[in-house]
Amino acid sequence: MHKLLTDRAGEKMLLLGNEAIARGAIEAGVAFTSTYPGTPSSEVSLSFFQMSQESDLYFEYSTNEKVALEVAAAAANCGLRSMAVMKHVGLNVAADPLMTLAYVGVKGGMVVLTADDPFMFSSQNEQDNRYYGKLSGLSVIEPSSVQEAKELVFYAFEVSEQLQEPVILRTTTRINHSTAVVTLGPIRPRVVKGEFKKDPLNLVTVPAVSRKLHVKLLKNIEKARTISETSPLNILEGDGAWGIVCNGISHAYVKDAVKDLDISRKVRILRIGFSHPMPGSWIKQFLKGCQKVLVVEEGEPYMEEAVKAFAQEDGNCVKIRGKGEGLFSPLYEFDPGMVRERIAKYFGIPYQKPVSVDVSDAPEVPDRPPTLCAGCSHRATYYAVKKAAEGIKTIYPTDIGCYTLGVLPPLSMADFLLCMGSSTGTGGGFSKATDRKVISFIGDSTFFHSGIPGLINAIFNNHNLTLVILNNGITAMTGHQPHPGADMSLLNLSGYGRLDIENVVKGLGVPFVTKIKPYKVNKSIEAIREAVRFKGVSVVISEEMCVLYAKSLGLAKGKPFRVTEKCKNHRDCLTIACPAFFIWEGKVNIDPTLCTGCAVCAQICPENAIMPLKAKKNSA
Amino acid sequence: MDTTRVIIVAVGGQGNLLASKVLGEAALLANIPIHMSEIHGMAQRGGVVESTVIFGEADSAIISDGEADVLMGFEPSETLRALNKCNAKTLVITNLSPLMPFTVNIGKGVYPNLKLLQDLIRKKTGKLIAFNATNIAKEAGSIMAVNMVLLGALIQTSTVPLTADHVKTIIRSKTKKAFSDINLKAFELGFSAAARI
Repeated sequence: MHKLLTDRAGEKMLLLGNEAIARGAIEAGVAFTSTYPGTPSSEVSLSFFQMSQESDLYFEYSTNEKVALEVAAAAANCGLRSMAVMKHVGLNVAADPLMTLAYVGVKGGMVVLTADDPFMFSSQNEQDNRYYGKLSGLSVIEPSSVQEAKELVFYAFEVSEQLQEPVILRTTTRINHSTAVVTLGPIRPRVVKGEFKKDPLNLVTVPAVSRKLHVKLLKNIEKARTISETSPLNILEGDGAWGIVCNGISHAYVKDAVKDLDISRKVRILRIGFSHPMPGSWIKQFLKGCQKVLVVEEGEPYMEEAVKAFAQEDGNCVKIRGKGEGLFSPLYEFDPGMVRERIAKYFGIPYQKPVSVDVSDAPEVPDRPPTLCAGCSHRATYYAVKKAAEGIKTIYPTDIGCYTLGVLPPLSMADFLLCMGSSTGTGGGFSKATDRKVISFIGDSTFFHSGIPGLINAIFNNHNLTLVILNNGITAMTGHQPHPGADMSLLNLSGYGRLDIENVVKGLGVPFVTKIKPYKVNKSIEAIREAVRFKGVSVVISEEMCVLYAKSLGLAKGKPFRVTEKCKNHRDCLTIACPAFFIWEGKVNIDPTLCTGCAVCAQICPENAIMPLKAKKNSA
Repeated sequence: MDTTRVIIVAVGGQGNLLASKVLGEAALLANIPIHMSEIHGMAQRGGVVESTVIFGEADSAIISDGEADVLMGFEPSETLRALNKCNAKTLVITNLSPLMPFTVNIGKGVYPNLKLLQDLIRKKTGKLIAFNATNIAKEAGSIMAVNMVLLGALIQTSTVPLTADHVKTIIRSKTKKAFSDINLKAFELGFSAAARI
């Protein structure tokens, strides 16, 4: 049985933050779950996926976050407890349904998880999604620890049903990817089938209905404010005259700092766990006893602005600071030492910062950037496109996935990136603005996620775009999650449909479609050359299973290669940046434990010096 | 209870996260408060994996510069890269078997000299325990057991509030059955290796 289905309340378990969130949902009786995978949220969905295979929990990998939110919203409108899971930028994709779902509301509890990523460990921006609470009018709650992450999911479902509105659960990477001991609670029975009651005058958002629903939403925000005012999520600690307001993981750093600085009798801490709507009366009360106040929050000055506004309403002139010179920055994530130092500085406490070892005389450590895996087919595709486009002035918009690593030299095959699916839209824009043939790259999962509308647009508006779809059969980057083109029988799962990218593209009416096997280098170059020569929209589908995925399924068949004595050290093979290569005593070598036998290097070598390792033994 | 902050650095695939999981489970078994964190964004693609394990009365799960009590490196250049987490008292435990970064392999970087690296760490930190954990792991039966060798060394130093029995119980119950004998042997060999230094 999946460990998160353990029905023994009181048992202690070591859980990753994301597992704790999934467990919280199970304890709350969640019945319907959906996601588009995205770090740092992915393990929540993985847990749901696994549990759905051995219980009546419904889970789906949806084609994108918008759809994930919509399917969950429908389930919640049939009375089921539902949860949609995504990373912070995923909520941008889902923002359209979210904003109006706030008008329509839900019948069963619904929780939307947004996993924010301060410092951008694996994201293209570090936006602060607490503002979605203000924008939509929905309640936002934030845990400060792994245990609390579990408990807050349960709480969020309760509040959601009380308000008949979805609730946003906002985490950051340091909650999602922290591990701690969690005490399990009882599991509420799941109600897995719902009933939809037709009520078009409240559920069909034509203007006349929406005008009425907005009034309802405003009333709901007031109800939520009352809940926030008395919520156990807003915690007051201490009664000193120095006020500290904090949220999320910052609360852990503040607690440690207060202990380390030995100032617990001098401070009062207000931990905001219900961050939209903010508990105004309580904050005003808190401020009354303060000589000065520091707001400790990662990201934007979301609470700082609110706290200052509450002070103003109250005619309270207490000094309130958070972001600013010498204090905190909206940039990146915080750490315990930084928070300790800023608290000491702001309240004038003598403090000696721990001294790090001086590394100024240490030898430089060579970079270890993430690279495309040995044998990755993206490398082969990039090489073929580069060769096919030789002599052509072009632009390479790229997209989000492993293949974004192609930005690094020596491949250097990425010129522009905004978000999921942007390679198709921006590709068309570049072609019109420059009159050049533009070559865009997109992965299979990203193509289904949001690449298709941009391709349709390119056909309609006659953009001069070649779209290279890197089809490796799975969502590789986030850990091999399925997508609508994935072969689910490889995972021994049935009951799924499967979309063929070639059919999709041809169905859209792309006038030139070609398919390549990227390990066949010369054939690929020829095919791509033709696609690039085509004036208008052309699509190249590059098909080869993700080498890591193939390995995990036991389907990797390649045998390693070696560099033979024929090598004259041209080093053309190094231009593809395969990590199986290394230089030893001035000569190029291949590490047989890393080489997967894709043979791309062997086809590039001008001396035909790269041969299968086994052939050597045979000839010896 | 005092706080002990351990940072573990490794290259993707070296089993860093399993090592910290074993420590976490052992702490749960020993009823010791624990907070852990990990960053493994693109680990499978040959990047660096960093995890932190904090024992005792603390709420934070990460470690600021200069605040690690123990730095454990599965790869020597990664140990060096994380040296800013150390102070003059930090215990450093490192494997001495390099995994060449791709940048070095293609001649775009120079791998630090291992003797200089050890001299430097020894001079600047509290104590250095450096040995070839990869060879010991091979001796135990699998190169994959480097993580268990280093766990053995860590427990031998008594810097974390766990006994060898706690950890061995967890290795037996929470690591893959097929590997648990190799893992236990690797742990024991790492323990004795550290005792000799």
